[in-house]
Amino acid sequence: MPALPLDEAGQYVAGAYVVFLLLILIYVAIIGAKVARIQRQVAELLELTDEPETGAGRSAQPARSTEAGGRAGTSEGGAGGPAQPARSREAGGRESSSGRGAGSPAEVIARGPEPEAPR
Amino acid sequence: MYSRGFRPIAIATVLFTALAFGLVFFYAPLDGDQGFIQKIFYVHVPMAIVALCGFVAGGIMAIKHLRSGDRSWDMRSYVAIHLSIILGTGVLITGAIWAKASWGHWWLWDEPVLVSFLIVFLLYCVYYPLRFSIEDPDRQARYSSVFAIAAGAFVPINFVAVRLAEQITHPRVLSQTGGSMPGEMRLTFLVCLVAMTLLFVTLWKLELTSKQASMQLKRLRGRLELRAEERAATQASR
Repeated sequence: MPALPLDEAGQYVAGAYVVFLLLILIYVAIIGAKVARIQRQVAELLELTDEPETGAGRSAQPARSTEAGGRAGTSEGGAGGPAQPARSREAGGRESSSGRGAGSPAEVIARGPEPEAPR
Repeated sequence: MYSRGFRPIAIATVLFTALAFGLVFFYAPLDGDQGFIQKIFYVHVPMAIVALCGFVAGGIMAIKHLRSGDRSWDMRSYVAIHLSIILGTGVLITGAIWAKASWGHWWLWDEPVLVSFLIVFLLYCVYYPLRFSIEDPDRQARYSSVFAIAAGAFVPINFVAVRLAEQITHPRVLSQTGGSMPGEMRLTFLVCLVAMTLLFVTLWKLELTSKQASMQLKRLRGRLELRAEERAATQASR
């Protein structure tokens, strides 16, 4: 088996090592993207759970729905005052469902006080 | 849980990988027969060994899952197999590059080592559709474990069968006499093998940590949803 000249063999060797490095890089990039997504969702959840739940918290709920809906592209969530938070939340929730997936934490919190839920 | 000891392993991986590359290109002598293309062997062979060991390790973890019923072992097994498949892809590509440089062909169908590795690789490719076609998580874990054990047992059998095969043109790296590598080559090869093993363990831990975080997040979201529903129920009853 005659040895290839260095310039020709170099291409093959470089190719093999580049394939190896590329595989590892792509794998790490995919895992990195996953970790970034998890981090984003954790931050979102933290943001939502850090808000006060009693008294001021209830009055802050329309604002939450605004946040949830607003992120999904609506600008009217929470504009209805104390009598309309559920509706505005629903609107925000629905829009976020189409835009960000039904399981988004913002949606979960925003969907909370709907009267149909007890059924 | 999985991230314990991750940092030292990751640092060791970087150090050993750098050392391995240094040894491959600046220390190991050129092979008298194959010349410079023999350098491919330092990435190809450790990758193949680690991939095959990863498949077997996946089988052992699957046994632990079936014995204990602890689904974290199934997750470990899945990630080990997943990583081994990625390394297996690398083995097939780097092997084809070496074959083209050395034999003049990308692939030889009458070469037992090549074909047997391809069979093992394709066997494990079936693992994904099997696993993800089952929706029930318990059944998914159980069936995947059974597959991982059966396929994991096939790997050493396959290895021995190839060794016993008569027609072998594929170069031997490890033989009963320890191969015919000179000292520098052997040291370089061993460092490469350690680096590849560390890389495997690092990536395995990284993916497990990411999967665990993802599952914890899902659980947390579920709890929040439940709490939101309870709050809604309380408000409705008022």
